[in-house]
Amino acid sequence: MTSESTKAKRVFSRPETLTDVPTHYCPGCGHGIIHRLMAQVIDELGMREKTIVIAPVGCAVLIYDYINADGLEAAHGRAPAVATGVKRVLPDRLVISYQGDGDLLAIGTAETVHSANRGENITILFVNNAIYGMTGGQMAPTSLAGQKTKTSPYGRNPADVGMPIRACELLNTLEAPVFIERCSVHDVPHILKAKRATRKAIENQVKGRGFSFVEYLSMCPTNWGMNPQAAADWVAKEMIPYYPLGNFRDR
Amino acid sequence: MAEPVLMRGNEAIAEAAIIAGCRYYFAYPITPQNEIAAYMASRMPQVDGTFLQAESEIASINMVLGASAAGARAMTSSSSPGISLKQEGLSYLAGTELPALVVNMMRGGPGLGNIAGSQGDYFQATKGGGHGDYHMIVLAPASVQELADLTVEAFDLSDRYRIVTMIMGDGFLGQMSESLVLPQPPTKRYDKSSWILDGASGRDPRIIASLRLRPENGVEQINLRLQEKYRKIEAKETRFECYQCQDAEVLLVAFGLSARICKAAVNRLRAAGSKVGLFRPITLWPFPSLELLQRARGMKKVLVVEMNAGQMLEDVRLALGDKVEIEFYGRMGAMLVEEEEIIKRIGKNS
Repeated sequence: MTSESTKAKRVFSRPETLTDVPTHYCPGCGHGIIHRLMAQVIDELGMREKTIVIAPVGCAVLIYDYINADGLEAAHGRAPAVATGVKRVLPDRLVISYQGDGDLLAIGTAETVHSANRGENITILFVNNAIYGMTGGQMAPTSLAGQKTKTSPYGRNPADVGMPIRACELLNTLEAPVFIERCSVHDVPHILKAKRATRKAIENQVKGRGFSFVEYLSMCPTNWGMNPQAAADWVAKEMIPYYPLGNFRDR
Repeated sequence: MAEPVLMRGNEAIAEAAIIAGCRYYFAYPITPQNEIAAYMASRMPQVDGTFLQAESEIASINMVLGASAAGARAMTSSSSPGISLKQEGLSYLAGTELPALVVNMMRGGPGLGNIAGSQGDYFQATKGGGHGDYHMIVLAPASVQELADLTVEAFDLSDRYRIVTMIMGDGFLGQMSESLVLPQPPTKRYDKSSWILDGASGRDPRIIASLRLRPENGVEQINLRLQEKYRKIEAKETRFECYQCQDAEVLLVAFGLSARICKAAVNRLRAAGSKVGLFRPITLWPFPSLELLQRARGMKKVLVVEMNAGQMLEDVRLALGDKVEIEFYGRMGAMLVEEEEIIKRIGKNS
């Protein structure tokens, strides 16, 4: 045995793009996983020093505390417009718009649809946890039919407020986007798949290919009133049947 | 000396912005300022600039925010109802201390109102508009020449103080064609490399954000810094014009197009032997309170003339208190104030 082969090999560590600080996210929350996927890909592509992350209003508004790169805060729903402004000035930088469901599909629907329709060369990472987290668990545009929240205490009633919106399917009606995929972060095999989609969506931008969009079905145990394992199971059993996983477009 | 050219007010703003080095313009259509967007749509590609018609007024102000954070001179323009929609973005620009130019070619309101020129947005522009304690620098041009000159100056002020500057014109001024000499390109360049977001290469990452939840560097600290900046702007950047004020016994106070009509009235009254002058604030914020007080003290009367129900009037009252008799003449609903009426109201005092 040579000394080389006995030396321990590091197979897992914190990406350089992630800061070394305690998290404010709740136990079992999916944001930390998705932050990590994004950071890993930025590391792999060597883009950390060329990255500007647009922070949304919502639980991930403090994303700039965790990402070791430039961060710009946007008003609620406006991240794709802010990202557009940055990207038009700095076309060779990596501009990532990280958004939640209320941000992307309620107050910011216009910005989402139109940035996609223009084919802005940006990447939107969309965290769908079927609830407004930061404000304490109100009904989101993606809350499931019958789902109980602070503002749908008897369960979401589709006859009254409509069915949840499917972002990938909506954007897939547009001509311009080059990449649209829905994945999930409720277990390890799905996280690995989500990593591949994240890589593709960010790589597309670096290569100047155009608008790329990844939706992550994610857990919000606190506002769903579940423990972390039950929340992960709820994604698999309740969310995935309504939000089918898979790639919608890869040009 | 450059040759005079004939231009429409809205187009003069657009060309002046390009002269000032603005290469990012984000638009949404609304009358009566559409000529700015049309001019930019054809002109920006010629200077390797970006013209983008956004999906909404809200998106366009947020595109300006992004472009400004990335270090560019960026602008948007609109008219009253559209400016109302931009108020959220203006508050965020204030909270993040980002420079930008916003043009408001005011029209009649409230609501959808009409599309003629008005001065009904004075309160909105000078007293807030968006949420939180903040100010914009507000410039009120009264001619096409001044629309162009103040546009160049507005970018300079914005970069110098990291603040939004608003050009407050009106529908008439924007539609009016006049001869002007285009302004010279600015010589001063502002080094923004210490604060913009362009990727943390060879430096620590930066954050541009207005959310501050930690009390040790919280929202109070930001507000204190903003107020300090505002006091500095008040001390250094107040602008006004005095016309025939030296021996005046009666003083007209008006801004923008109303001031122009007042000037015509002053000329006629002077020709008839009346000692009348005009005080014209060019910065509506900061309002030239002390300068007005110095000139109005001892006057028989001050007549405030506005195309609104009396909005600047409140600032005039704050500046003068009960030291001078103050009267008001205004018209609402995008109706022009009339020279004859001004002369009639002054006549008995001079």
